[in-house]
Amino acid sequence: MTGAQLIAAAILLPALGAVCIALAGRWPNLREGVTLVTAALLFACVLALLPQVMAGGRPQLFVLELLPGIALGFRVEPLGMLFALIASGLWIVNSIYSIGYMRGNQEAHQTRFYVCFALALAATMGIAYSSNLLTLFLFYEALTLITYPLVTHHGDAEARNGGRVYLGLLLGTSIVLLLPAVIATWWLAGTLEFLPGGILRPAPSNATVGLLLALFMFGIGKAALMPFHRWLPSAMVAPTPVSALLHAVAVVKAGVFAVVKVIVYIFGVDALNATGQVDWLPVVAGFTIIAASVVALRADNLKRRLAYSTVSQLSYVVLASALLAPLSLIGAVVHIAAHAVGKITLFFAAGAIYTAAHKTEVSQLDGIGRRMPWTMAAFAVGALSMIGLPPAAGFVSKWFMLSGAVEIAHWPAVAVIVASTLLNAAYFVPVVYRAFLRPPAPGPHGQAHGEAPLPMLIALTATAGATIALFFVPDVPLALARALQEG
Amino acid sequence: MILAHLPVLEVVVPLMAAPLTLVLRRASLAWALTMAACAFSFAAALVLAFEVVRHGPISYAIGSWAPPWGIEYRVDALSAFVLVLVSGIGTAVAPYAWRSVAAELRGDQAYLFYTMYCLCVAGLLGMTITGDAFNLFVFMEIASLSSYVLIALGRDRRALLASFQYLMLGTIGATFFVVGVGLLFLKTGTLNLADMADRLQGYSHDRPVLAALAFITVGISLKLALFPLHLWLPNAYTYAPSAVTAFLAATATKVSIYVLLRFYFGVFGLRLVTDVLPMPQILMGLSILAIVSASLVAVWQTDLKRLFAYSSVAQIGYITLGASLASAEGLTASIVHLFNHGITKGALFLLLGIVAYHTGRTPVAGAQGLARAMPLTSLGIVIAGLSLIGVPGTAGFVSKWYLVLAALEAGRWWLAALVVATSLIAVAYVWRFVEAAYLSAPTEATPTAGDVPRSLLIPAWVLVGACIWFGFDTSFTVEGARRAATLLLGGGP
Repeated sequence: MTGAQLIAAAILLPALGAVCIALAGRWPNLREGVTLVTAALLFACVLALLPQVMAGGRPQLFVLELLPGIALGFRVEPLGMLFALIASGLWIVNSIYSIGYMRGNQEAHQTRFYVCFALALAATMGIAYSSNLLTLFLFYEALTLITYPLVTHHGDAEARNGGRVYLGLLLGTSIVLLLPAVIATWWLAGTLEFLPGGILRPAPSNATVGLLLALFMFGIGKAALMPFHRWLPSAMVAPTPVSALLHAVAVVKAGVFAVVKVIVYIFGVDALNATGQVDWLPVVAGFTIIAASVVALRADNLKRRLAYSTVSQLSYVVLASALLAPLSLIGAVVHIAAHAVGKITLFFAAGAIYTAAHKTEVSQLDGIGRRMPWTMAAFAVGALSMIGLPPAAGFVSKWFMLSGAVEIAHWPAVAVIVASTLLNAAYFVPVVYRAFLRPPAPGPHGQAHGEAPLPMLIALTATAGATIALFFVPDVPLALARALQEG
Repeated sequence: MILAHLPVLEVVVPLMAAPLTLVLRRASLAWALTMAACAFSFAAALVLAFEVVRHGPISYAIGSWAPPWGIEYRVDALSAFVLVLVSGIGTAVAPYAWRSVAAELRGDQAYLFYTMYCLCVAGLLGMTITGDAFNLFVFMEIASLSSYVLIALGRDRRALLASFQYLMLGTIGATFFVVGVGLLFLKTGTLNLADMADRLQGYSHDRPVLAALAFITVGISLKLALFPLHLWLPNAYTYAPSAVTAFLAATATKVSIYVLLRFYFGVFGLRLVTDVLPMPQILMGLSILAIVSASLVAVWQTDLKRLFAYSSVAQIGYITLGASLASAEGLTASIVHLFNHGITKGALFLLLGIVAYHTGRTPVAGAQGLARAMPLTSLGIVIAGLSLIGVPGTAGFVSKWYLVLAALEAGRWWLAALVVATSLIAVAYVWRFVEAAYLSAPTEATPTAGDVPRSLLIPAWVLVGACIWFGFDTSFTVEGARRAATLLLGGGP
């Protein structure tokens, strides 16, 4: 298949899969089979593009003209390639996990769940491959809307309130801040294409660039920069597989992906550096990192703690790209991959604990490592990655970020990274400590339980393995990150 | 032969269909005739629009009396665009009317409905196509009188009061309009719009001309429900039969806006409207008030039809806001939204008619758990609602795009901010339906699944499909609106 066909397949396959899932709704085994096959085919389609992109090719596909002069178009560049790889690869694992979780917890509306999930992946692929801002914006909004039914899956008052915050913040920021930024870019530059070196030519005044940057950075609400981060903890009312793939990988990575994309391809790193209008961004990102870590430290609910950890980790990517240093940009890109595998492992573990032991709070986890050794070992690997210690993927990205910050002598950023490493350790180590070293507390849920259902174990072992593998062989993300810099 | 007379047939066919339905008396025959007449008008409008793009404006002299002495029908980029909207909606609503009217009206009144419907379509098409000021007034009266009757046919007795309110305000509007036209006739000695525009060139601070501008502005504003002259609209839309609400919401106010644009830019001209009198500033202020206040009021409504009626007032504000910028981009935004909002509201009110099909009512509380009982209807309302908000991939997004672009180009950052911020209020009122339909358990007020006739669902979904189609394919809407805007700013109707 040609590049254009593979692009079309990557977006249409999950959409088509959604239709088939809906049709197979009455036969759960067939339905889940369709999900797995779709996920595997999608991954194959994405993977098939990798050699071409690594060799410097930029396969593209022009569909139609959305507005006069602006296409609905796709072009696969290194960053989009990486994002598509992560999302589609983890969808396979997540589907296996979902089967265990949704059946283990006897969730209702499972067909709707799988349909929306497949559609969310179609939107994610659209974001990853988009060749211009309008296409990205189109799929960005589609992703918000299609994940809304997943967030409100349980349909109770809590889900409804969570859904309100989720939709209000994500739609609100994108309509009020991002859309005007996109339109203003079109008005200033006469194009919305993602082009190496940026498109704002002739360069507008510095103040305009600063304002535009702020509109973009806060408008991309999915990157969860404070003060627009509250949707992420609210989204935790969703079933855990949703939190794992969408709110640790697809949705939030779509946010930071868009941030990096806008900085590199719309503003242009050098052009942005010349304006001197970015100094505030590391401050906001740094504040988000520290503040979210502090909140996570105090959160007893495990999923809430993970959510705030995500807020904090996302801002690493924003911080690293805002430094505009070559090495830190590599760190930002690698961190998109590293955080994805690490955080999905943590959520998988949290869901496994909930399914097997019906425990949701950190304080209930005393001695659980003896009953669920696999789960908690995987959790420990994920935690290592979050803290940024070897042998986990998080170490690689943090190394590049720190090197970049040192390279340009940005000491506040160095301090933020170091401090947050300590904070990360402070909220993750106790969980592992409780699980393995504290004696089990005989509670109301003291009845014997073992590990979670097998599909869940397979999934979390796979992602934990990937977290370690990425430490030893980070070649693909690194190569793609370097290709991104070369343009 | 037929092609040469298409401009007049466009109006005459539905106009003649009206008395014929009266003669036929059988509802089924009357309906079939209405369908045929509407479909003919739609086809003719498409042909005319195509011809205008290829060969430029078409001028048709009624009875071969050359303009400016005789009545001229004039099809240009703008009127062709509005003709397509009006006849298209008319054709989409007509098949829907069959079952909807049968359910909502007394059996012996059904054929009268079609009589009035044909008259209303003919009136609105005539208002759009005519190039003669007095002829415009005549068609305005035909359209208005028939719509008073159509609204009064609603099964709720409050429809009578709503119709009466509209009758009062509508008559005042028409009177103001005709006073304005009379003043213009006294000054210029002509009723032909193009001729009038030429002769007005010489006038600048002439009192009667300015008075005419004021009279026409107020008269048309009443008709198009510009805040604060919108008071007739919520009741009329709420209590009218479903098919009538959908048709009027999608076309009647839009044609009035067309007339306003025609008079402002085509007859009086930019100089009189913007330099001599501060019409754009007034229009902008009222538009902003309309958008903000009507959107907020919509959020608190307890009836879905009324909720979306207030939303119409707000959306009309967006249309006039674009016009108030008096720039090519602003007018493009205005005309694009005129079309896009027409199809969006048409779709919404048709779908609400399906909700009301069995129970006859559309309380917000009645939407609880609706998604399970009526999945297709609910999904359609959500999609049309997204178009109302302006989510990308829907027609409403295209309008919003151009409106914000126009505001930026005019150097009014705050206006762009206002446009996007107020679409959040639209999110709030659309989500009242979403939460009720999808996240609430059904109550006694919820219509049970029942059987929803396909003849109701298909026309509604055709318009829902149009909301999506025109979100991706903007060649007709944006190009058409741009041509119309260029024409308006170039002077001459």
